[in-house]
Amino acid sequence: MKKKLISLLLAGAMVFALAACGGTQGGTAQTPAGGSDSPAPATDTPAASGDVKVGAIMLHDENSGYDMAHIEGITTACEELGLDVASQLVIKYNIPEDESCYDAAVDLAEEGCDIIFSDSYGHQTYMQQAAEEYEDIIFVSCTGDLAAASGLANFKNIFPYTYESRYVSGVVAGMKLKELMDAGQVTDPYVGYVGAYPYAEVVSGYTAFFLGIRSIVPEAHMDVQYTNSWYDLTKEGEAANALMSKGCVIIGQHADSTGAPSAVQKALDSGKVAYSVGYNVDMLSVAPTAALTSAQNVWSVLYKATLEKFINGEEIPADYACGYAEGAQTISALGESCAEGTQDKVDEVWAGLKDGSLNIFDTANFTVGGETLSSYTDSYGMNGAETITDGVFHESVIRSAPYFDLRIDGITELNNA
Amino acid sequence: MSVHVSHKEPLLRIAKRASIPAWKAWLIRILSVVLALLLSGAFIYAITGLNPVEVYKAMAQGAFGSERRSWVTIRDAMMLLCIGIGLAPAFKMRFWNIGAEGQILVGGCATAGFMIYFGGKLPTPVLLLLMAAVSLIAGAVWGIVPAIFKARWGTNETLFTLMMNYVAIQITSYCVALWENPVGSNTVGVINQKTKAGWFPELFGQDYGLNVLIVAVLTVGMFLYLRYTKQGYEIAVVGESENTARYAGIKLSKVFIRTMAISGAICGLAGFIAVAGASHTISTSTAGGRGFTAIIVAWLAKFNTFVMVLISFLLVFLQKGAVQIATQFKLNDFASEVITGIILFCIIGSEFFIQYRLIFRGRKEAGKA
Repeated sequence: MKKKLISLLLAGAMVFALAACGGTQGGTAQTPAGGSDSPAPATDTPAASGDVKVGAIMLHDENSGYDMAHIEGITTACEELGLDVASQLVIKYNIPEDESCYDAAVDLAEEGCDIIFSDSYGHQTYMQQAAEEYEDIIFVSCTGDLAAASGLANFKNIFPYTYESRYVSGVVAGMKLKELMDAGQVTDPYVGYVGAYPYAEVVSGYTAFFLGIRSIVPEAHMDVQYTNSWYDLTKEGEAANALMSKGCVIIGQHADSTGAPSAVQKALDSGKVAYSVGYNVDMLSVAPTAALTSAQNVWSVLYKATLEKFINGEEIPADYACGYAEGAQTISALGESCAEGTQDKVDEVWAGLKDGSLNIFDTANFTVGGETLSSYTDSYGMNGAETITDGVFHESVIRSAPYFDLRIDGITELNNA
Repeated sequence: MSVHVSHKEPLLRIAKRASIPAWKAWLIRILSVVLALLLSGAFIYAITGLNPVEVYKAMAQGAFGSERRSWVTIRDAMMLLCIGIGLAPAFKMRFWNIGAEGQILVGGCATAGFMIYFGGKLPTPVLLLLMAAVSLIAGAVWGIVPAIFKARWGTNETLFTLMMNYVAIQITSYCVALWENPVGSNTVGVINQKTKAGWFPELFGQDYGLNVLIVAVLTVGMFLYLRYTKQGYEIAVVGESENTARYAGIKLSKVFIRTMAISGAICGLAGFIAVAGASHTISTSTAGGRGFTAIIVAWLAKFNTFVMVLISFLLVFLQKGAVQIATQFKLNDFASEVITGIILFCIIGSEFFIQYRLIFRGRKEAGKA
């Protein structure tokens, strides 16, 4: 009897384990309309937008800020191009970065999608695998970096100039830092940054953020704490706390949760001087007085540009990147704690980026090992391409995905093994 | 007051059944599934107002809507079944092997390592055999360690195997960092994407033919092993009563270690199938909780590997259907997990009614137990 009871309890516990694990399994799903089951032949070349069927693969669902930006982006793009979202757009949610992504991509292809997007970096190799099999369908891996190198005509990458909004959000932080120093509340302009993973996408972002701050407070210095996760509330909160206990007064982030802003708000409420700059989503709801702003991508611009070319039958480049000038970059509404004159400064910087008078990665603005660089050919995965010409590091020009992986003076990575 | 102590009969009593005819047991099981469908139907309608029949149809579509989908369902069911087969001997022995997750991961890591370092240097059949061998060894080692500790020092195997999972996860994280591509991105990506070296070749014109073949052999093999061999009998005796086993002259430590080596090795092989036969990558989510889910498979089937086939398919069907209705009806994943929960609860609950019967007050106890 006792054994039976134990086994029943165990079985019960396993049910919970199953339910808890089910969410990460992902898998296949089908059209939102659930209507016609006869897939259009994959070889159809769409003549007009009326025939196009768009597929999208999302890592999570609308509960994640990053994925929400993509879901909104592709939906808006389809609407603006006159597509019927109910029947011409199929979105698969919660697709992990493993063979489920391949399964999902193939499933969308067989359902008759003509162009298929995926939103996460780790989906890329599975998208490529599907692209090899379905030569007549376009596969676009957002934030990926292998399209050009793959040599496949139907495999593409898109990536916005995220470093622009990072820089501008850095300017906002710099204005606040300057105000705090002028008021004597802060003597050491010490900035902290919660980063996801130690590779180019993150390095490019935090460097732009730091350069934005330093354009206002030249003596600023920054520490980066990695979480080794894209989304981890607890770890991001802990990283922010660790940085604040070291004396950081501004906490930036390249990670997708609200962990860091929440931690900063808590510290601010307990009397510490600390402010937060977020990413993807407006953080004012979790950090009403601590959040200054968030760097944001406007994905609909990239989705629309890509879809438009596709519908018009134009060639889609292997890499497509664009920024503020095209409307693909923005920052969220300024928080009430922002320094006076921030909006004017922000407008000025945006204008400079738009007309090209401001180059964020101007080699005059940073040094590496005490030296000003005039050439750099060692970016990871770039096959020795020259990235610096005319005194400027050209980010996202040779390839859409960021490749600025220089560690510049003034920034310390705390836990990059 | 009366001194007479009246034997007051409770409204409801539970009594163990002496035996139950097979048809009756299956009737109870079928009724439980029907009840589960009705309950989840009511849930779906109450929460969303959708027609439950449409939702069930969509779930079937998600699992078997096209040839490709059917194969994906088969592939995932085979994976779950393989782990279940690995767990069966351990659980039959009442050795609580909660460590399948870790055994899969070390098997997967060994496989991925050989794929990366020897891909293209060895002919694929040789490489596949080699990867299978190292995954078996890695899994077996992961199974033997807790068995030795239990045999020699009487440690608690539930905790021990569970903790071994975390060690395996850390080893996997390390391997991912070692092999990540590009550096710092924390993903290994598809291994040997161009050359497909070390990938399962097509069998009978099917990508996943080899997966099915391996697991089919294991299914039959484990069935025969447990039912007809001396070692299988020893496992059954140890599971029923360790003291009886000792009295009968069975060396417990030997049975523990031998059985856990087999159990771990098969779970390690599942890691090989997952990496070489499905995902072609390695990450900490390669096992994806299936090491725990498979316990339900093994346990519900009472270690009969052929019944395990059915249960694996049921679980994978539910999972595929779950994701399907998320897209089709914009229902969040969680809604479908509730349905899965209801169905499993009813099926597991039905076992109670097969083992016991309810006697209401005033009813004669027909056929006294």
